[in-house]
Amino acid sequence: MTDAFPRGRAAIAGLATFGVGEMPGYSSMELTAAAATRAVADAGLTLGDVDALFVCQPDDFFAGLSFAEHLGLRPAYTDNNRTGGSAFMSHMAVAALMLDAGYIDCALIAYGSNQRSAGGKLKTRITHNQWDAPYAPLFPMTSYALAAARHMHDYGTTRAQLAAVALAARGWAGSNPEAFARGPLTLEECLSARVISSPLSARDCCLVTDGAAAIVMTRTDRARDLRQPPVPLLGAAAATWWNAVAQGGDLTVTAARESGARAMAMAGVRPADMDVVQLYDAFTINTILFLEDLGFCAKGEGGPFVASGAIAPGGTLPVNTNGGGLSCCHPGMYGLFAIIEAARQIRGEAANQQPRVELALAHGNGGALSSQATVILGSMATL
Amino acid sequence: MSGPEAHWRAALAQGRFLLQRTDDGAVVFPPRAVAPGSGAALHWFEASGRGTVYSLSWIARKPPQDPYHVALIDLAEGARLMSRVEDATPETLRIGQRVRAFIGGSDEEPLLLFRMEADA
Repeated sequence: MTDAFPRGRAAIAGLATFGVGEMPGYSSMELTAAAATRAVADAGLTLGDVDALFVCQPDDFFAGLSFAEHLGLRPAYTDNNRTGGSAFMSHMAVAALMLDAGYIDCALIAYGSNQRSAGGKLKTRITHNQWDAPYAPLFPMTSYALAAARHMHDYGTTRAQLAAVALAARGWAGSNPEAFARGPLTLEECLSARVISSPLSARDCCLVTDGAAAIVMTRTDRARDLRQPPVPLLGAAAATWWNAVAQGGDLTVTAARESGARAMAMAGVRPADMDVVQLYDAFTINTILFLEDLGFCAKGEGGPFVASGAIAPGGTLPVNTNGGGLSCCHPGMYGLFAIIEAARQIRGEAANQQPRVELALAHGNGGALSSQATVILGSMATL
Repeated sequence: MSGPEAHWRAALAQGRFLLQRTDDGAVVFPPRAVAPGSGAALHWFEASGRGTVYSLSWIARKPPQDPYHVALIDLAEGARLMSRVEDATPETLRIGQRVRAFIGGSDEEPLLLFRMEADA
């Protein structure tokens, strides 16, 4: 495998979110379509310009077909890849390759869910396989808890260090008007929260919100002439190691080690070059695992790293600057929201805008730490 | 004729805990049609039932129900599976605990379970 990638030749030309938090009265597809049309308008394009759809809905196995029908499009290519919350990073990889090859001209990548208003529970038909289900693990929480318990055993990671991830996320969310959970949160509240699947408590879990997101990708030379500053895609890589957590090897290591290294190699960058980092934090342990596996700290040092305040507002590494899945939004799958926060930072329009953001990493997680995908976004100055 | 999963379940119902291995001795669970990674043939053998706890999680229930747990068990032969260690408590069950398999559940739905073993 050569990992050949058209570095910077495709870009995010438009983006939008819609209904983040609570949006009662909407179906998931309606939310998705609302975000999609806003992203197309943001790019200064029209729906008729879109010739490829990439979508992954929580409740619709044929979402690509439903999405085309809802928008009244007859796309030349429709993709409904289902690698969980990492699907959107994979969508970007495929879209960039197709755009660069001239196979398509304009890709629309979208997601939306009404899971909060539809009942406040994770709305999915996906569950544990037939080998694990008889023992009644919680889906998907217990899978992450098993990884967290082993990380604690091997490296001495503590519940207070897990809580530091939640506190950092809340710190960022507090100054993001789009974030759903902006109230104060203390270490004591985290440590005294009800443990649901040990060692994880309610405060280690992402939110359950509504929300939709969409991005439009074109070739960068075309995006240059559109309404918004282009955000070129410098590298994108995915890695799948298993589906069920029982089939993992060392559960303190994820496939992010592979997807991150490959995406950064394509982009020609190193972890230390990143100005902001957006990680799929379904649970607090995710942030620690991905910081380690993506190379922002050594294996086993993720706990002390986050407890030092490094990823909180004012820290050395701005992580999940929107509040992440823990405090901004988590409508079932968060991957596209991480991408959008990374792109907003590069466009200079994020709620918690960091100074001089030229390079941003967005990392997606799917299944139970099963599928990992990483994208590197840059400013036009990085081309 | 039946596939590997049906074969495994039929053996379990007869009180036998089977595993598969390759000619090279690599052990596989859950049962598969071919060896992962190579596509090589797999052969059945009876597991020793010995293992150690790789990780575990206690799951809360509404009082007065007690919490229950799931554990990942590293089998002595080399594969890993999810199960439960009967008669364990949050105070007694630890990562690294040695366990031994038995077949519980019901006649209709036999279930592979484990018990704690005293340390040698």
